[in-house]
Amino acid sequence: MNLHLEQLVNTLRERFGDAVEDVVDFRDDVIVTVHRDIIVEAATLLRDNPECPFPLCEDVFGIDAFTEKKRFEVNYRFFSLEKNERVHLKVRVDEDDAVVPSITDVFPCAGWYEREAWDMIGVTFSGHPDLRRIYMPEDYEYFPLRKDFPLMGVSGSIPLPKRG
Amino acid sequence: MGLESALGEGYLTTTLDALIGWARKNSLWPMPMGVSCCAIELMSAGDPRHDISRYGMEVMRFSPRQSDVMIVAGTVTYKMAKVVRKIYDQMAEPRWVIAMGACASSGGMFRSYSVVQGIDLFVPVDVYAAGCPPRPENLFNALLVLQKKISSSSVLEYRNSKESLIVT
Repeated sequence: MNLHLEQLVNTLRERFGDAVEDVVDFRDDVIVTVHRDIIVEAATLLRDNPECPFPLCEDVFGIDAFTEKKRFEVNYRFFSLEKNERVHLKVRVDEDDAVVPSITDVFPCAGWYEREAWDMIGVTFSGHPDLRRIYMPEDYEYFPLRKDFPLMGVSGSIPLPKRG
Repeated sequence: MGLESALGEGYLTTTLDALIGWARKNSLWPMPMGVSCCAIELMSAGDPRHDISRYGMEVMRFSPRQSDVMIVAGTVTYKMAKVVRKIYDQMAEPRWVIAMGACASSGGMFRSYSVVQGIDLFVPVDVYAAGCPPRPENLFNALLVLQKKISSSSVLEYRNSKESLIVT
């Protein structure tokens, strides 16, 4: 971990204390696991801090860890144009309470990424202005990238036109 | 130098099936339903080197109402299936369908929840062209097979001919 990111992680720890649950430095990728309550503030801090600002949200995506206790992960990737640095934020939620606050107020571009994560994994983003499906049909009932979803889908769930 | 002078005062006899079949098969206007990478091969089939116009098929019509054969080139997802079917329904009869490539024929390598496992699940297909993607030559082969099918089928039994399937 280089100096910029080390400072950044320290700032996050000072500001949020125990809400920063874990910091992993794996092959120069810094992954900070935070509690979901502070994700909006953490994203704001990343965007607005003067030392190493991250004005670009590259991606938001969901992961189904399946066997673990807090089943769903939401990963956020940020990029600093000024320092050429990347940092990941990660939030873990339980299946029964799969709700994460939306960061669309901080990064408007995250709107479609969050729609994708909701469409594929089924994590709800509270405060999202327009949480609709983005890939699957509007009336689809399942979340296809969950690990317990059959690879070939549920037959009959998307009707085909008659051959006629 | 016209046909009239060659024939003089004579006349020809033929059957209606042969005459209409001959006219239809030599002016097949394709509807390029390009939905993924096979469409690139479809485009190169239209280039001067391959010269699709020697078969009378160079008139790619982007309006289904003016086209005779829909070439479905690429992976058709469940979401796209409704669109493909709608375009097929808008084509005037007689109409034909070529499933170009592995994906359109059988879903190809996309054995997945989002991809229709063959467009023959929702439109009647006349000719399947094998390949991933098929080379333009194989597409021409499919078109020539379709020509044979058109010229050999009866005009009045057009609808019944939708049942037979040919693989190139």
